[in-house]
Amino acid sequence: MAAWLGWLIESNWTDPFLFAVYSIVKPLSGAAILVVMYGIITQGNFDSALFPYIYLGNAFYIYVGAVMTGVSWAVVDDREHYKTLKYMYIAPIYIPIYLLGRGVARFITGSIAVFITITAGVLFLKVPLKFAEVDWWLFIVTLTLGVVMLALLGLLLAGITLTVARHEGFIGEATAGALYIFSGAVFPLDVLPAWIRPVGYFMPTTYWLELLRRSLVGNVAQAFPTLANFSNMQILGILLGLSIFFGAVSIWVFKICDARARELGLIDRTTNY
Amino acid sequence: MKPSNAKFISQEGEINLAVHSKYSRKDTGWRLFLKTIIARAYPRLIGQQREVSWMVFDVIMPMLAVIAYVFVYRALNAPEEYIGFVVMGGAMTAFWMNILWSMSSQLYWEKEQGNLALYIMAPNSMMAILLGMALGGMLATAMRAVAVTLMGSFIFGVTYEVTSYLQLFSVFMLAMIALYGMGMLMASAFLLFGREAWHMANLAQEPIFLASGFYFPIKSLPFWVAAGASIIPLTLGMDAMRQLIFSSGFQFGFMTVKLEILILAVMSVVFVVTAKILLAYVEKIAVREGRITESRR
Repeated sequence: MAAWLGWLIESNWTDPFLFAVYSIVKPLSGAAILVVMYGIITQGNFDSALFPYIYLGNAFYIYVGAVMTGVSWAVVDDREHYKTLKYMYIAPIYIPIYLLGRGVARFITGSIAVFITITAGVLFLKVPLKFAEVDWWLFIVTLTLGVVMLALLGLLLAGITLTVARHEGFIGEATAGALYIFSGAVFPLDVLPAWIRPVGYFMPTTYWLELLRRSLVGNVAQAFPTLANFSNMQILGILLGLSIFFGAVSIWVFKICDARARELGLIDRTTNY
Repeated sequence: MKPSNAKFISQEGEINLAVHSKYSRKDTGWRLFLKTIIARAYPRLIGQQREVSWMVFDVIMPMLAVIAYVFVYRALNAPEEYIGFVVMGGAMTAFWMNILWSMSSQLYWEKEQGNLALYIMAPNSMMAILLGMALGGMLATAMRAVAVTLMGSFIFGVTYEVTSYLQLFSVFMLAMIALYGMGMLMASAFLLFGREAWHMANLAQEPIFLASGFYFPIKSLPFWVAAGASIIPLTLGMDAMRQLIFSSGFQFGFMTVKLEILILAVMSVVFVVTAKILLAYVEKIAVREGRITESRR
């Protein structure tokens, strides 16, 4: 029901056609900025291994903004915008599950955007994705694990959002923006200064994006030295371990923040910001 | 002196001169217009600075994009000029975001919060309110843009070589006037939107970053795409500024700086005049159709 509610809120401001355009134009424009940048510098050489690395990393990163921010944004939406969060709290529902459900709508729109972005890359930009060579098992396992991990990270942000005012809209965006840099979404981590790379190695999104690239374009993705010494199974193991760690931390943080918000009477606080 | 209103007479029957002098002078005409501009600019300029954490976020958010794009160029072994282009583009995003969220959407937000009806009821010009929003927003955003430029330049070692300060000043001022004129125009149009206002502003981010060449020279795009994108004043403004502040900037220019200055001057006049006409028209429609006080259609 929360997912259905989320979908209605996301999509009912306009007609389906405009909603589809809105859902497509935004991510494609973001990808096109990188494509133009790449095209200018390489004189249009889209055969380099770096191009699918950048393109696919950026495409799948749409999920980070959509799912993680989607879950945390539900708190802002319900508390400030619709002023219904207090009613959700007194309803016989489990709030974390409700918030995760609200993120499902963003997952659906995000999936459409990812699909269209990748399709455009394959059709028009020579992204070397051959369906016969895709490791579907690895792809589905990685994608599922990653989306669950992102939803739980969203829960962490939702907890923090519950306890703050006036900056709540920035929290998701700032986190997603920082992960964009530290996860090597659009450039190999080796480009970062050496002292800052360990942050990237600690982020589950780094391994998630690497595995998604490897499952889709295989050896092309493995050409970069960052994780070249790790096998797919090793990376999957690291991703699973970090996902469990961050998932546990997220649930713990949410519980603490939720209790604090109830104690301080923050559940129905509106700031008009 | 004969009091014009009984409230200015104290209990002893004496005129309260302090109150009288404060409230009896009625500002009209240009004086009221200017006071309205200052009054609306005040919360933009002063109020926004009171929430320090917002200032931090306003600088950090564009910096994250700048850092990411700089490292993309580094991964591609791009010439160093491009790093400077990204830093400048990142700084200018602050102005575009301000136009979208604090100019275009502003009358819609005011409607949602119930202030719009008060603006229209008050004996001041709506144009003065829009100008105040623009002036305050421009100055407040300029501080953030300077912070992004300084941080980006420091972190990535960007160097500048200004060829003409006069032209640079002219380009920047004309780009700002035209841009905020456009913002005033869009504010009128957004007044008619319902819930889609938020989505429209959201949609006008990445496509404009792409078309206006925030992170690469606009010359790299096909001619007609670049020409079409020039309707956004920042497109030509950034193109001219890149030519004026980077030593090899002229190689990347879409048009000559003089031509861009001329076009920006024309745009400034056109946008501000059109905003005035559209505001009057839209206000009339909104009043007639009862959209001033409604919320979330």
